[in-house]
Amino acid sequence: MDFGTIIEILDSAVRLGTPLLLACLAGLFSERAGIFDIGLEGKMLMAAFFSGAVAAVTGNAWLGLLAGVGGSMSLAFVHGLASITFRGNQLISGVAVNFLASGFTVLIAQSWFHQGGRTPQLSGNGRFDPITLPGAEAVQDVPFLGPIYSNLISGHSILVYVAFAMVPITWWVLFRTRFGLRLRAVGENPESVDTAGISVIRMRYTAVAITGVLAGLGGVYLATGLAAGFVKEMTAGRGYIALAALIFAKWRPVPALGATMLFGLLEAISNRYPNIDLGVVTLPIQFMQAVPYILTVIILAGFIGKAIPPRAGGQPYVKER
Amino acid sequence: MSTTESNNAGRQATAALATENASDAAEAAHAAATPTGAPAIELKGISKAFGTVQANKDISIRVMPGTIHGIIGENGAGKSTLMSILYGFYKADAGEIWIKGKHTHIPDSQAAISAGIGMVFQHFKLVQNFTVLENIILGAEDGALLRPSLSKARKELKRLAEEYELNVDPDEKIEELSVGHQQRVEILKALYRQADILILDEPTGVLTPAEADHLFRILDFLRKEGKTIILITHKLREIMEITDTVSVMRRGEMTATVKTAETSPEQLAELMVGRKVLLNVDKTPAQPGKTVLEVENLRVKDEDGIERLKGINLEIRAGEILGIAGVAGNGQSELLEILGGFAKGTGHIRINGEEIDLTGKHSDGQSRRRRGISHVPEDRHSLGLILDFAAWENMVFGYHSDPAYQKNRFVMDNAGIVAHTAEAMERFDVRPPIPTLPAKSFSGGNQQKIVLAREIERNPALLLVGQPTRGVDIGAIEFIHKRIIELRDQGAAILLVSVELDEIRALSDRVAVMFDGQVMGIGPVETATQTGMGCLMAGMGGEDVRGMDGWTIAAPEESQ
Repeated sequence: MDFGTIIEILDSAVRLGTPLLLACLAGLFSERAGIFDIGLEGKMLMAAFFSGAVAAVTGNAWLGLLAGVGGSMSLAFVHGLASITFRGNQLISGVAVNFLASGFTVLIAQSWFHQGGRTPQLSGNGRFDPITLPGAEAVQDVPFLGPIYSNLISGHSILVYVAFAMVPITWWVLFRTRFGLRLRAVGENPESVDTAGISVIRMRYTAVAITGVLAGLGGVYLATGLAAGFVKEMTAGRGYIALAALIFAKWRPVPALGATMLFGLLEAISNRYPNIDLGVVTLPIQFMQAVPYILTVIILAGFIGKAIPPRAGGQPYVKER
Repeated sequence: MSTTESNNAGRQATAALATENASDAAEAAHAAATPTGAPAIELKGISKAFGTVQANKDISIRVMPGTIHGIIGENGAGKSTLMSILYGFYKADAGEIWIKGKHTHIPDSQAAISAGIGMVFQHFKLVQNFTVLENIILGAEDGALLRPSLSKARKELKRLAEEYELNVDPDEKIEELSVGHQQRVEILKALYRQADILILDEPTGVLTPAEADHLFRILDFLRKEGKTIILITHKLREIMEITDTVSVMRRGEMTATVKTAETSPEQLAELMVGRKVLLNVDKTPAQPGKTVLEVENLRVKDEDGIERLKGINLEIRAGEILGIAGVAGNGQSELLEILGGFAKGTGHIRINGEEIDLTGKHSDGQSRRRRGISHVPEDRHSLGLILDFAAWENMVFGYHSDPAYQKNRFVMDNAGIVAHTAEAMERFDVRPPIPTLPAKSFSGGNQQKIVLAREIERNPALLLVGQPTRGVDIGAIEFIHKRIIELRDQGAAILLVSVELDEIRALSDRVAVMFDGQVMGIGPVETATQTGMGCLMAGMGGEDVRGMDGWTIAAPEESQ
């Protein structure tokens, strides 16, 4: 395996890891505020569909982005209504969001475009084009660092850079601002927030709305960056993988980057080497494709260290009697 | 019973005295504290109901600035509800709140904080994995960024620490701190928000004696600084030690407000426990037989590691009733729990000379029942019955593996149980006598009769009874008392726990008074005087108990 191949695999890992990263950070905001969100999958799917559809109709990726984020946020609002205002079960609400998105997107896509539940292929301005960073061409031939800069760092869609920028931003918001302090407190002990005179309801809705935006961006990237249009069930479990990554990262933004990139890398490897020959046995393509999901199961089953979720996670806030 | 009647007359007199004192106390404090005369807090006619339960009924108090006002009452008397209303946690159904002479609306905690009220809840409202500093600024940050707030809080914390002896490491995480230190953080939180009215809800319940002493020193500092403090507690000693004025609450009502200097623990104990309808129990003198229950140096710790029973010694003989008197929360519940098999502890319990396990798998309720201990728990709703289940199902809980209730190896004899229940309901006059009705459809008295029928009809060697007539109508009270006496006359040993002093007096042959996890005195009911019992319930011996013939009084040691 030469250096160029490694760069190519890493480049692919970054692209495949980006939607996971956005979804993971989305889940981080919600869960840090005490609202478990199993509906990341549904939100991403909804965003992918709306961005694909609107971008196809208008030919403008930015309008697609707005539509996608709007779609995701509407589902976030539904989840908030069910789990914050009506104090419902957050898992059930999340599952409902997923089912709703899964059926809704295909149904509307079919009746709108008549292409078997997909949206038309995007081209030109309908997609987010790769951005070539300044000087990428010039340093191309510098040994080692040249290819890293021009092939790995440069040449991604704007949403990839947004996703990476969100990691330090999330960290800063969470640990350096008043909003972050209150957000974390509301997920740990909402009573402490309530007795301090802050509205638990408002904090949680804000968190859920941020989740809607970030999960939306993840979905938009799927349909307008990674692929060229919406395809039925195109999220393919990425929302759940993002949740696994979130647990793996113990609800912290920087480890979340590492965890999602690990999943991206596994997917990139399985795309590149469908069969891996270990000499004794050859791992079949099915196995390699299943690896990210197997890892998800292992993480969710709690085999990776002790991950303590926010203490008030999953519990609707009711003032005690 | 003539003694009961005369006691009641006496108590009416004290109650009248207390009401008189109330207005005196308010006026005196009025004149002394502020020339302008505005109380720091005044509540007028506060009422609050949760569903059908009236938690607060037309409550009025006034507290002068720079004083410590105690609110005392038993668990469930409505003290915490009242303070939660003052802090904007609940909304009162009726009534007005006046702060510093101004009619103030407190719809939420934010409003309470800006009115200068700080509250230290019984269960701390702290974020466990935040540092002390983070907890203190939460909700009182100066701007959108944390750094400036944190460094300001650090300085302020240092100042407060020096001023009030409130030392805590600002960078320690809450989960690393002892309970006493966590409480200091709560007090600091209030002071940081410039509170000049501080409410403390049962602050010493979780503290060690040394920590409690320190807390009182802090409260004293705060009072000298002119802060107003409301101290909610059910411990008489604390009220006597630190408060200027005290209000007594009972069953959602404020029964009296007095100046602490003009009252006594005995009087407060009586006001807390209250008086009930005349109890008329026909009973012949006990014919005690051999010793059934022996308890030796019994100790129980709760989940916070605080000792709730501190070396209990007592014995009950066949055919006698031992009544446990005391203000609720002094270890009576823990005593019932360990005897009934759902708490662990150390020491010795012997039934008919046989040692029973206090830990391990033979210490559960099932094993206790097999040893002949029946238990009518204090709280029939959570421990005595499953409310959603039918009467016939409730009639066999705890004894459901009895072969008599099985049809064969796999199936229970439900028809047989229903028939048995119908008979038992007849015998215990449960109305309506319908075995298939869920337990929650019966009135309190009839629910209690179902529990009693289940436990008494097993002919136990020892019957544990906790609050047998709490929330029970008068007719049922008489019936229940009669059944308990009958069981005694059949030769059972009976341990009766009740917060109703009259009930203890009417039923018991001997009485033990508990205070702070210890037996303060034990002796025959005939020689127990009202004032003597009051003293013992308040944790003191002294002059008043000397006249009680046949009583063993614990050495007046400094237990705290």
